[in-house]
Order: sequence, then C-alpha cells, then structure tokens
Amino acid sequence: MISALLVYNQKGEVLISRLYRDGLRRTIADVFRIQVISNPDVQSPVLTLGSTSFLHIKHANIYLVAVTRSNVDAGLVFEFLYKIVSLGQSYFSGHSLLSSNGENFSNGSTGKHGFNEDNIKNNFALVYELFDEIIDFGFPQNTETDTLQMYIAKDVPTNPVKSLTRTLSISTSVITSQATGAISWRQPGIKHRKNEIFLDVFEDVNLLVSASGAVLRADVNGHIQMKAVLSGMPECKFGLNDTLSLNSGNMKDNVSRGSHDATRSGSITLEDCQFHQCVRLGEFESTKTISFVPPEGEFELMRYRAVENISLPFKVIPQIIQHGKTKLEYSIVLKANFDSKLGATNVEIKIPTPKTLTKYNINYASGGKAKYEPGSNHIIWKFNRVAGGSEYQLRAEVDMSPEIWTKPPIQLQFSLTMFTSSGIVVRYLKVFEKTNYNTVKWVRYVVRAGSYEIRY
Amino acid sequence: MSMSQQIERRIRKAFQTPKKGETFELRNGLVSQYARERKDAIQRTIQAMTVGKDVSALFPDILKNIATPDIEQKKLVYLYLMNYAKSHPELCILAVNTFVQDASDPNPLVRALAIRTMGCIRVDKMVDYMEIPLRLTLKDENPYVRKTAAICVTKLFDLNPQLCIEEGFLESLQTLIEDSNPMVVANAVSALAEIQDRAPEIKCFVVDPHILSKLLVALNECTEWGRIAILTSLSDYKASDIKDAEHICERVVPQLQHANPSVVLAAIKAVIAHVEIQNSEAKANLLRKLGPPLVTLVSSAPEVQYVALRNIRIILQKYPQILNRELRVFFCKYNDPPYLKMEKLEIMVRIANEKNIDQLLSELKEYSMEVDLDFVRRAIRAIGQCAIKIESAVEKCVNVLMDLIYNKVNYVLQEVVIVMKDVLRKYKTFESCLPVLCQNIDELDESEARAALVWIVGEYADKIDNSGEILQGFVSIFNEEATQVQLQLITAVVKLYIKKPEAGQNMIQGVLQTGTKSDNADVRDRGYIYWRLLSSDTVIAKDIVLAEKPPIVSTIEDLPKSLLNELIGELSTLASVYHRPAATFMGHGKFGADAVQKRAIEEQKQLANEDEVGAGVNAENLLDVDFSVDSPTVDSPASNPVTASKGGSALDELNDLFAPVQIPKITGNASSNQDIMNMFKNTAPTSSVSHNLSSTKDAFAELNFDNSFSSHANSGVPSKSSKTNEDLLGLF
Repeated sequence: MISALLVYNQKGEVLISRLYRDGLRRTIADVFRIQVISNPDVQSPVLTLGSTSFLHIKHANIYLVAVTRSNVDAGLVFEFLYKIVSLGQSYFSGHSLLSSNGENFSNGSTGKHGFNEDNIKNNFALVYELFDEIIDFGFPQNTETDTLQMYIAKDVPTNPVKSLTRTLSISTSVITSQATGAISWRQPGIKHRKNEIFLDVFEDVNLLVSASGAVLRADVNGHIQMKAVLSGMPECKFGLNDTLSLNSGNMKDNVSRGSHDATRSGSITLEDCQFHQCVRLGEFESTKTISFVPPEGEFELMRYRAVENISLPFKVIPQIIQHGKTKLEYSIVLKANFDSKLGATNVEIKIPTPKTLTKYNINYASGGKAKYEPGSNHIIWKFNRVAGGSEYQLRAEVDMSPEIWTKPPIQLQFSLTMFTSSGIVVRYLKVFEKTNYNTVKWVRYVVRAGSYEIRY
Repeated sequence: MSMSQQIERRIRKAFQTPKKGETFELRNGLVSQYARERKDAIQRTIQAMTVGKDVSALFPDILKNIATPDIEQKKLVYLYLMNYAKSHPELCILAVNTFVQDASDPNPLVRALAIRTMGCIRVDKMVDYMEIPLRLTLKDENPYVRKTAAICVTKLFDLNPQLCIEEGFLESLQTLIEDSNPMVVANAVSALAEIQDRAPEIKCFVVDPHILSKLLVALNECTEWGRIAILTSLSDYKASDIKDAEHICERVVPQLQHANPSVVLAAIKAVIAHVEIQNSEAKANLLRKLGPPLVTLVSSAPEVQYVALRNIRIILQKYPQILNRELRVFFCKYNDPPYLKMEKLEIMVRIANEKNIDQLLSELKEYSMEVDLDFVRRAIRAIGQCAIKIESAVEKCVNVLMDLIYNKVNYVLQEVVIVMKDVLRKYKTFESCLPVLCQNIDELDESEARAALVWIVGEYADKIDNSGEILQGFVSIFNEEATQVQLQLITAVVKLYIKKPEAGQNMIQGVLQTGTKSDNADVRDRGYIYWRLLSSDTVIAKDIVLAEKPPIVSTIEDLPKSLLNELIGELSTLASVYHRPAATFMGHGKFGADAVQKRAIEEQKQLANEDEVGAGVNAENLLDVDFSVDSPTVDSPASNPVTASKGGSALDELNDLFAPVQIPKITGNASSNQDIMNMFKNTAPTSSVSHNLSSTKDAFAELNFDNSFSSHANSGVPSKSSKTNEDLLGLF
C-alpha cells in the first residue's frame, strides 16, 4: 500500500511530507526531486528505484507523489491522487473538480483559489489533517468532500483557535455514521424551502479529420453534472433516450418529449456509461433504470461514451499550399453546422506555422480576430460568437527558412449550448420523497471541443 | 571586564541552549500561558518539521500540549509524536496515558484518533500499552472507531506479529468481516489481505462461501476504495464450481459501470479471474461486457490511462478478440504525452486485422512524419509488424514504407531498412524494393540498420546486380564496424560466395581471415565455423547456408506464458504496469528465515522468467555447446572455455550457421529450435551427412547433448522446447 505522500512545488521543494509506513528515510524526498523533478528525460508517471516506487501526477504548479514499497494497485493510487486534487479544489475554491481532466480549473494554477502551492502553504495544518483522515496506514479511507467537510473545516484566518464546538455543532454520531455508512455521501435532515435540481449535460466531442477530409475518428465523451438542492432523503429516477434504458421496461415513457432537435428525437446508442457511486449499479445492471439518492450539492452523476451518429458542430476546410521551399499560403474556411438560433462561444482555431517562420502576413479574415503567436508557432483565430449556419474565411501567407515541416494538426476550441453531438436527451428525472414536495428541474446541454483535430 | 572572563562567557554561551533563534522562540510559545500562542507555536513547529528542519529538541515541550480539548491541536501534537517517536522512544511513553484515556473518550472521533495514532507510534514499548485500547476499540459500538481499529491490527502485526497472533487480534479482525457496516468490512478485508500477504503461512484470510457472501453484500455499499479491496480479494478467491463463479461475476459486473476507473479495473480483474471456469457461451458473453469499459478507461486521466493501456496489452494477449472493433479510440492525439503514444501504438498493432488495416496504415504513416524521433521509429516498426502479421496487407505496408524512404529523413530511412529485413525474410516477392534500399547505404550510420542491410544484400545476393560491390564496401572497413555488422557481414559474404562464386571469390578469403583474427570471440568463432564448413564440402555447405528458413509468424513481442498468467491475476498493480513479476522490483520480506527462503525461490523464478524473456533463450538449457575441447586446428585464443554467460552467443552462432540470420525477436523459444530442427530435416535424407559432419570434426562434433538434457531437466523449460530437443536427440 501507499507508504508516503509527498507534495512538491515546481522547484522541487517539499510542501507536505506524510510518511505512513516504516522503511522510508526522510531523504526519500530528495530522491524524487533529483530523479524526476530535475530530470527532464523522465516521461513515465511511474518510477521504481531499488524497491521503492514513486507514482506521481502534476496539478497546477505542484507535484503529488505517492511512495510505495509494495506491488500496489497503480490504478488505485493514481485515482486516489486525483481524488486528493479534487478534494483540495473543493476545500480551497468551494466547488469540486468537475471532471477528472481538470479542464474546468485550468486557471487554478496561480490564483487565489484551487489546490496550489500558496494555498497548501497557508493551510498546511488542514492538509495534514486531511491526509490523516483520507488515508490510514496506506489504505485509502473515505474521501467524500461532503462528509469530510462536516468535521474537517477550513481555517478562518481571523480565528485561528477553534475549539471542539466546530465539530460538535453536528453530532459526532451523525458524522461517524456518514463517514462509514452505506450512504456516505448524504447527511440526513437537510431542509430547503425551494427544492431544485440543475442538470448539465456536458459533451466533449473528439474529432480527427484526415488531410483528404475523411473523418478518421469522431466520438463523444459526455458527463452529466447534477446540482441537487433537495430536502430529506430523496429517491431519484433518471432516464435518457439511449437504447439501453429504452429497450428494457421503460417503453411507456417512450413519448417524444419535444427534444431540442426534432430530427434526432429517436434513440441513441451509448457505448458505455459510468455512474457516481450513489447510483445503484445492481439495479442498473438488471433493469437498466438509473436510481439513486443524490448527494447534496454538485456532483457528476454519470459519464458516457458515444461513437454513432455524431453531429459535428463545426467543419474546418484547410488549404495550405507550399510554394517552393520557403513560402506557405493558408486558406482556412470555418463552417458552423448548427441551427441558426444557436451561437457558439469562445471559438478559437489554432493554425500551426513552421518553427522557422521568418515573415507572416494575415491578408484577410472575414470575421473574428487573427493573430500570430510566436511563442507557440500558431496563428490564433478567435471569435467571441459564431452564429449557426455562418461561414468564415481566413487567408494568410508565411515565409520560412527551408525545413521539413511536420505539420501538426489544426486544433479547434469552442463551446456551444443547447446542442449535443451524440443526440442525447434527458427524458425524465423524477424525485420521490416522503413529504412529496415539488421539485423544479433545469436541464442544460453544452457541447465543447475535446480534441478537435484537423490534418491537412 | 578582563579578557579571560570574556572568553569564558563566550564558551559558556556556546554550550548553552540558544536564547535566540527559531527553536528558542518556538519553545517559549509552546509553554506560553495563552492557548492561542501555544497552538500557534505547535503549528509553526510542524511547519518547520515539514521543510525538513530538526525540531526534535522540542519534544518535551510539545508533549505538554497533548492533553487538550481542541481536537485540531491534538491532531497536530499527534502528528509531531508520530514523526519523532523513533528518536525519543522513552518520552513517548509519557504520552501513553493520554492515549489510553482518549481511547475511551465519549467522542468517537477522539477514540478513533487515539487508536489510529497509537498504531503509528512505532516504538516497541508502545506495543504493551496498545493491547487494551485496541481490544476495546475493535468492539466499539461506533463503526468509525471499529474501522480504524481494524487497520490498527495491521499496524500492530507489522510491529510485533507474534503478540498480534497470541493475543487473538487476528480472530477479532476476522469477525469484523461479518460486521454490519460496509466500511468496517472493507477495512477488515484490506487489513487481513495485507497480513495474509506478509505471512501466508498463518492463513488468516481464507475466503470460504460464508465470507464470500458477506463480501458480495458489502461490495455494493462501501466506498470506492473499499470496493477495490473487496474486488481484489474476490479475484484471489478460487471458485469451487461453475455456479460459484457465475454468482461472483453476476455481482461484480455492475461495478464495471462505476465512475472510478480503478474500481472498473479491479472489477475487470475479478471477472477475468472467474471467467475461465465457465462454459464457453457465458464466457464469451462476459468477455463481451469487458470491451466497452476497457475502452472508456482510455479517456481517463493520462496516468490512469497509462495503467489501463499497459493492462489492456496483457488482456489482449490472453483474449485477442476482445477489442477487435475498437481501433480508433487508440489513435494518438497530438497532445498525448509520449508515454501514452507509445503504448497506444503497441495496442494498435495487436488489434490490427484485415478489416482495419487500411485505417491503421494511414494513421501510422501520419505518425511517421511527426517530430518525436522515438515515436516515429516506433510507428515505422509498427508498419513492419503489421506486414508480418497480416499477409494480405503486406503490399500496402511495403508501399507505405517505400513512400517514407523518399522523404529522405535519416532516421526514418534507417528504421525502414531494419523493418524491411523482416519483411524480405518472410516474403520473397518484394525484389523490386531492393534497389531503393541499396541506394541509401551512405545514410546508414546505426549498426542495427547496417547489419540489416548487409543481411538483405547477402540473402538476395543473386537478385542484386551489384551485391558484390556493396559488400566489398563494407568489407573494406570490416574492423571499423560494430560486432553486429561484422557477424552479418561474414554470413552475407558466405552467401554471396555460394550464390555467385565469381563475385564472392575474392572477398571470402579476406573476410574469413579478418574475421578469425578478431578479438571478439563471436566473430572469430563464426569465421571459423564457416571456414571449416566451406573447406569440407561445398554441397553440404550450400545445403546448410541456404537452408529454408522457418517463417516468421509475428514480430510483436509477447509475454512468456507463465508471466502472462501471473500478470493476468495482478491487473492494475505495478507488476502489470512493468510487465514484470512483482518479485523483481519489490522489497523482499522482513522476517527472518522464511523471507530469506522465499527470496531465494523468487530469485530462481525470476531467473527462469528472464530466461524465457530473452530472445536468444539461454543456451545452456537447450544445447550445451562446449568449445573448451575444441578441435586442435583452432588457434589458441579460441580455446577459452565458453562460460555460461557466453552461452547465449554460442547458440546464436549455431542458429546463424543453420539459418543464416539472427532470428529477430521471434516469440517464444520453440521457433529458434525449429531452425536447428529444420536444418537437420533438410539434410538428414542425405546419408552421407552425419558421417561427414562427424568426420570433419566440425563444431557439431562438440555438441554435448547429454549434458543439455540434464540441465534442461532441472530448469523448467516449457514442454514445447523439450520436445524439439528430443526430436533432435532422435536424429542423432
């Protein structure tokens, strides 16, 4: 199991060092610094020296390292390290990491919020307290943010001395039963005047287009984010328009609910889906119904993957012609393939230029702003908003010293609400509770570019 | 003030504890009358401890703050205690009273904290005081305390296994498996599994049907980490019958939908552990269910992906069909870290088939034009692997490879030559490529590529117009070439001589002369063997040198079977990431004679495994070639006994003699033996052969087969190779 957890900053200084087991020397921290942090050749996240293994991840400006001397479950260790990150995020910024990739917190590296060097330094006692609670003798324990926050609270700097009253405000028996209970994610006795549920369906669409314009790969990684503001111990049932749930017993619900896209009101096929631990997996396996008692607040209800009938919101038609050895002529066309009522935001196209660029000239852009960025060797073409059905063009010329140009793909970023690439639709979300209250439900769909790459 | 007084005071000062500085300030803070100042000082002490300063001198002062109602402060003091307990064992005992008191505090969090910390104070004396609180907390009414106490048993076992067993703590732990609280069950399972792992002989964790049912119930209710512990113990459990296995799989399969990828991996491991025993229909059905979750793992965080990809490689070798239709998810993203790209390539060549080869090839071609040198070379190698694997696609593969040559990138060219060597060995229909390959000799500066080209020229000596000229170019700088190239060069010139005597005539003498004068035993021996062979009978020499080579089936490296079977049971662990048995990188046991014995056994196993891994297969196991009683005609330098470490090269030489190329990483060891066997099959019908062989007193005469079989009996070489050996024996 895990013998020690270490946290370093970018320079390799130890911020936190918590040894859980014997057999490690204090100098172990130096070993990792020398072998990994100051060694640019190290690629793999796993390193074994002698009989000691280091498993590390990087987040913002810190390294999180698990040290072990046994044949540990490496998958578990990495997931656990990411769990620490998301726990740190929610302690230091008030909300948890939305997805394991951390794309929502890319700005968390230096700011006031987030799990970063400054916050760890300023709250190191808290971090130690957490490290002691979530892992015991190398065995991971309860890592649910909600539960932990009941008895390990972030220090308020103005009041450094806190007494037991903080913890005792909630009865300890409630804490302990939640920390170990079958429903460890929800505390009983929550009351709200207004009961609401917010559902966000996020889709990251991955695309790879070949130089000839053929789609080599198109798939969607979706995740459904739920924010529950519900009283009591609500039972929720949740249904989608995927064939999995439709084919088994939910036929009576199969009434078309005015979906956002009439042409795709039919059912879709999900390759695979994963659920938050509150979802009863056994029940899903046998009856394909998604039922659960939700945690309070924000959490990721499910993740899914789809590969069939992916609708691509944007088409990029690049034409990059090389004249002789030193001249490149760019002509890039961007087409928005979605309803004209919708508008995509934060659209950004990264057009690679050769490293040996000597001169550039952006001749024409029918919209947006195009700029050459010498640091990354890209022309960045940005739009604040792109309306559905519109089409834009960019023309540019580049001079370069002769070289063999490796042609990295063109990459696209965007965010588009009320559109899904997979065609997924939330059919119903029912809440059952003893007191039979009414729940207001909100559903939002957002599709974003995952890895949207176009070769040329 | 006199001088001496001043000096005296200075000396005294030096020996006193400093009145200034951090330690002094901290000490003052720790004994302050104000609670807030004390807590602040504790915090700063811990901070100093974290950055590596030695604040152990403050131990007594910190200890004064242990009895406090402030649980946060208590935690900090405990943290300090755990850190410096080793250096102040006697002072630790002063804290015992507080621990014992806390262990019966009305607040369960305090009780749990006390027992958790006691176990972490790794001082022998502490053990005596731990007994009573541990016994109490194991039976605590609060599950939070019980789950903490469960782990504490492992801590005690680590400190003093004897006491732990004698006092019956293991039995108490076993009863916790039947606890009503899922987390207590999970921790009890983790604790027992670890103790079992360290001391298998006490058999403290034997899953029986009763415990099994408890585990399956807890599986659905406990935390994600607890699920992994339970799933792991389920995969170690040997199902008694098909029903049992079916039941387990039924309960485990829902976990494939868990949000935590490591739970999914653990569930996959558990299913695979119980799938073999089931009937083929159920088995196929279950395996089909594993596909989608495996693919989904590829979209998790990069580090987790890495673990998943390494594991998928293991699973694919066992169940090659499982991801047949999933090629595209393994396409490399431009921003993937290099270690992921390499793994994805490995997996793509494994799932390549006739249907998806076009897609894969165009993708591989794209990769071959990227900047990362290692990645590019690996991609080219992958094209070659596809060509060997899928016969119907070889032409497309070769076309892509030839296209790459035209880009004139140096390292691409070298890699293509290396890859083409295998292709040209398996397929005889690509003579049209030869001129292109031979055009760029000057570009080749790596010995592997040069050796490959030399082999190609030798093998196709009669098809390449200027083969003599090319080889002459190499021969003229024979002594500057790497051993690898020299070895190939000797073989190639011999082939040239046999195929085109007029072109090889001038060269052969020179090469053999230079070769036999080499300082390198391998080069020298090869020279001699060919020399003898050629001077005895050219017909036989021709039969041997130009013998039909056994076809290459695959150039994709597979794990040896025994290792595969070991790793498939250890999915997701470090061993599965490294593709090596755990014993090769893990610390060995701690406890006395047993551990030493275990270690010895492990080392033996490891040796055996390494033998199997090695492409050449350790020669001693197969053929004990003993040149120490070499033929009298051989010059003195060659009469060095071939030691065990040189055994491998000796076999290589033999291989080379029979099939004039070093078999490029042919999987398993059977095929290399087949080389030898085939040779004998080819030549056996000629009745004069055996006579000739023995009469010419060539290398064969010295093959000590008896010896080889006795050594083979000791080491566990797979039965396949032993069979071929017996065939050989029969021949003689």
